[in-house]
Amino acid sequence: MDSHRHGLGDRTPGVEDYEPTASYLSYTAGLGLAILATIVSFVVSQTNLLWTPGIPVGLVVLAFAQIGVHLVFFLHLGSAPDNTNNILALAFGVLIVFLVITGSIWIIANLNANMMEMSAPMGR
Amino acid sequence: MTIATLEPVPIAVPTELARGRGGGGPAPKRIVVAYGFWIFILSDIIMFSGLFAAYAVLSRNTAGGPTGAELFNLRNVFIETMCLLFSSYTCGLGALSAERRQSGRFLVFAVLTFVLGAAFLYIEASEFAGMVAKGAGPSRSGFLSAFFTLVGTHGVHVTGGLIWLIYLVAQVIIKGLRAAVLRRLLCWSLFWHALDIVWVGVFTLVYLMGDFH
Repeated sequence: MDSHRHGLGDRTPGVEDYEPTASYLSYTAGLGLAILATIVSFVVSQTNLLWTPGIPVGLVVLAFAQIGVHLVFFLHLGSAPDNTNNILALAFGVLIVFLVITGSIWIIANLNANMMEMSAPMGR
Repeated sequence: MTIATLEPVPIAVPTELARGRGGGGPAPKRIVVAYGFWIFILSDIIMFSGLFAAYAVLSRNTAGGPTGAELFNLRNVFIETMCLLFSSYTCGLGALSAERRQSGRFLVFAVLTFVLGAAFLYIEASEFAGMVAKGAGPSRSGFLSAFFTLVGTHGVHVTGGLIWLIYLVAQVIIKGLRAAVLRRLLCWSLFWHALDIVWVGVFTLVYLMGDFH
């Protein structure tokens, strides 16, 4: 309750401590950007606005953008020194998530590629 | 934190006197609680990453059964997404009102958050029931097992979040917005925002990529 008054010490994720008047604005800006990213994702996936083979890449980029919007505007994670602990924990979590997902896809794609032909109803 | 001592400090107080950085004593309880809960949320997201990986690996294994493009109704998914996004927004505004000890406003936002979350769950449950009725239940194919596990786990989290919210609203009404209740509310709002972040991954990977393929 008191440490954020003098701007020292650590900060909690999810709390906007320093600019109480700007907080409603922060949530509303985050909402607007997130709605924009969502609508663009749905439009991109359903139309030929993007070059078709590039659509998955576009969707992933939009998802990362929206997650970034959520982290900054809703969870108030920034780059200030009082957020260092929270950001370091997040970075470690992102590393593990990346390893689990890309590692699984990579390994199983290799496995599928090296699989012997099976009879039609079993395969795929 | 050695990084922090290298940073310029805005006020003329030595950094090592800051609380939680050595000389100033332990960090305030609120900081410690929220940091611990943040670690929990990250571990929960790592659990979800396992389910995402399983879905990504199994999504083509339909075993001759229905594919995502045949099953998904993107209009419903868009409504679900908007429900969850707006409930995250009202949750944030509710947390802000609670910080300012405006319990009336907090209750209004809490009710809005609950209604939007419940609407999300209703749409998801009717989607699941429709799929099972069409013979596309979790035992139909590897794709559907992974789908129901991933989306269902998220739905279970939302259900848990709603029950937790009822419990917290009761605490606010009975105990008032005292420090311990505020810490619990802070943890709950972190949880709710995290569920929305996981949903961004779900609607992108499962529904949009599933329908596009």
